[in-house]
Amino acid sequence: MLTLKDISVGKTVKVVKLHGEGAVKRRIMDMGITRGVEVFVRKVAPLGDPVEVTVRDYELSLRKVDAQMIEVQ
Amino acid sequence: MSIKIALAGNPNCGKTTLFNALTGSNQFVGNWPGVTVEKKEGKLKGHSDAIIVDLPGIYSLSPYTLEEVVARNFLITERPDAILNIIDGTNLERNLYLTTQLVELGIPVIAAVNMMDVVAKNGDKVNTANLAKELGCKVVEISALKGTGVTEAADKAVAVANARRRMIPQHSFEGCVEHTLAHIEEAVLHEMPEEQQRWYAIKIFERDEKVMAQLNIPADIQKHIEQDIKACEDEMDDDAESIITNERYVYIGTIIKDCCVKKNKGGMTTSDKIDRIVTNRFLALPIFAVVMFIVYYVSVTTVGTVLTDWTNDTLFGAWIIPAAQSALEAIGCAGWLTGLLVDGVISGVGAVLGFVPQMLVLFAFLAFLESCGYMARIAFIMDRIFRKFGLSGKSFIPMLIGTGCGVPGIMASRTIENDRDRKMTIMTTTFIPCGAKLPIIALIAGALFGGASWVAPSAYFVGIAAIICSGIILKKTKMFAGDPAPFVIELPAYHMPTVMNVLRSMWERGWSFIKKAGTIILLSTIVIWFAQSFGFANGSFGMVEDMNDSLLAAIGGAIAFIFTPLGWGNWRSAVAAITGLVAKENVVATFGQLYGFAEVAEDGTEVWGSLAGSMTAVAAYSFLVFNLLCAPCFAAMGAIKREMNNAKWFWFAIGYQTVLAYLVSLCVYQIGTLITTGTFGVGVIAAFVIMAGFIYLLFRPYKESNKFTMNVSSVDAKAKAKA
Repeated sequence: MLTLKDISVGKTVKVVKLHGEGAVKRRIMDMGITRGVEVFVRKVAPLGDPVEVTVRDYELSLRKVDAQMIEVQ
Repeated sequence: MSIKIALAGNPNCGKTTLFNALTGSNQFVGNWPGVTVEKKEGKLKGHSDAIIVDLPGIYSLSPYTLEEVVARNFLITERPDAILNIIDGTNLERNLYLTTQLVELGIPVIAAVNMMDVVAKNGDKVNTANLAKELGCKVVEISALKGTGVTEAADKAVAVANARRRMIPQHSFEGCVEHTLAHIEEAVLHEMPEEQQRWYAIKIFERDEKVMAQLNIPADIQKHIEQDIKACEDEMDDDAESIITNERYVYIGTIIKDCCVKKNKGGMTTSDKIDRIVTNRFLALPIFAVVMFIVYYVSVTTVGTVLTDWTNDTLFGAWIIPAAQSALEAIGCAGWLTGLLVDGVISGVGAVLGFVPQMLVLFAFLAFLESCGYMARIAFIMDRIFRKFGLSGKSFIPMLIGTGCGVPGIMASRTIENDRDRKMTIMTTTFIPCGAKLPIIALIAGALFGGASWVAPSAYFVGIAAIICSGIILKKTKMFAGDPAPFVIELPAYHMPTVMNVLRSMWERGWSFIKKAGTIILLSTIVIWFAQSFGFANGSFGMVEDMNDSLLAAIGGAIAFIFTPLGWGNWRSAVAAITGLVAKENVVATFGQLYGFAEVAEDGTEVWGSLAGSMTAVAAYSFLVFNLLCAPCFAAMGAIKREMNNAKWFWFAIGYQTVLAYLVSLCVYQIGTLITTGTFGVGVIAAFVIMAGFIYLLFRPYKESNKFTMNVSSVDAKAKAKA
């Protein structure tokens, strides 16, 4: 399974499905990462985590462990 | 009759600016009941009967974060007469997500599309007429910053509030979802006013635990509904929460297509260009260090200290106190009353106000960093280090400021949104040796370690270790483990904050310190003053000249035994530790007075000999550790009380700090004595047991919870009473 965590900086991917449950998953969805949306991986923080992505025309930051819940293609 | 209008919107969408524009100076700042989230209300300008309630900035009405729960509890239990929903016009897509939820509440909504000037400047277009049609509510174009359209938005909100027409949401979900929602309404919600049913039905569909608990649905009906939801989930091949969220965004997609034209796709904005440098892989940390240096240098080292020293030494020390003293003496005031007024009350007020100038300088910086968008980047840059100890990347600032003074350090924790991270930061910030603890370090280093250079760095090491260990231990405890801390945050576009907003935020925070922390500081200064200057001398109770005769000395003697296991169970040290609560640097002066010196140097050179005679080196280090970690000075305690805004949490913080200080000092003394002299006894066994317990707490496994456990029972009770 390819997840958002595996995507290198500068690539754009499409969200297939969100795994997991509860608060973090809901938060990720509320922030606009839902099935079918395009996500551009913008940069990685200087210490290697978290990552910054562009989704629905704005900048979002999330940790790599949480990015692992997001299946992409 | 007065009407209530709720102001709702995403964080960083200009909500504060709009609120200020709508209410002017007519504001009341407080807290939402029982929580640390700030609540602002204000009278609407030009409508004396309308009150605007500023809700916390939220992205959704989910049940998972404190801000969201606070906002939605207000909306569903208080049911304001209208909602003024502010929407960032430059980012309609995500902002409308909240709007789709607000319109389902049945409360009339006015949508105010903000930053229309920026939208126009970018060459984009937003067709508000179409937007109004799609949403089923009135839409106003505004620019909160420039003040355009603000009055119109307010007038429309008042008009819909007075018209009391219910809001009818225009969006319908997929067939099977609507079918299930209809079932839920029929089975559970039919007694509720019609306009409120839809929001509840959707929440039940999402299996929202807080709503389920509030409605108290009978088990058989719940089972029946659950079957319906399950069937729908199978049909859509997704879970209920995801179905709803997905459909909302799909719906928003169609709205955007209808109402919004973007000129250039994918071009670099100014904000993008700034961000490329500021959070660059190699430059981010140096830039961060420079920004932090400037903040620290100006607010702690230079301007802040100059102002605070002036207030303490010149304004109070040289002018007000001597003037009051001589004035009172001139009118023949009794000695004790002069003492009370001058040394108790006026010094107490001085202790409060002395911090204010420094704090205002710091708050101005913080307000600037927050509103320009850099604060979110600090969290982004520092998250990796701090999250390991249950802290936020933003905890860096409170800790850094804490090296200067713990009081503004604690107040700086206000910038941390996450409730758990904030409480953790408040509890641990004062472990860092602040400026006032440096004289204690100098005293101990000079008196017993021959001025050894390792003593001061070791004090910082102890402080940092206490923060890290406390973070790890506390995040596993019941008090903290309950609430999840998802780090999924927006990095808002950079922009230049307005002077007015920065000043207003600075003043609000400064004033809340004076008001909320001031009382505790003032009262405790008076109490200590009393204990210090009264006592039994020559067989009668009264004011005493020599502190050795004071009540405080008696108290010190009575409680000294508590500190015997720490190696400094003599009454002088106990008294010094107590006066340290007024201000840490008092520890040195107290030792001076108790050993018979009227005045001592800042590092207490005069008493080095006596001190070295009264305790061993290990005991002195244990005394140092205790004073570094234990409950901070009253001013810092006042700040903790203000920021926790909850008696239970305040006492938990103070108690934790003191107990930790006691246990660590005990281990230092007992194990240190074992190593240096080979003395073995009960105390050493206790020390090893404490160490073992400590290591267990540090390394025991734990799992972060997924549930948000805010106590909503009081709110629920109110909701039930209304229903």
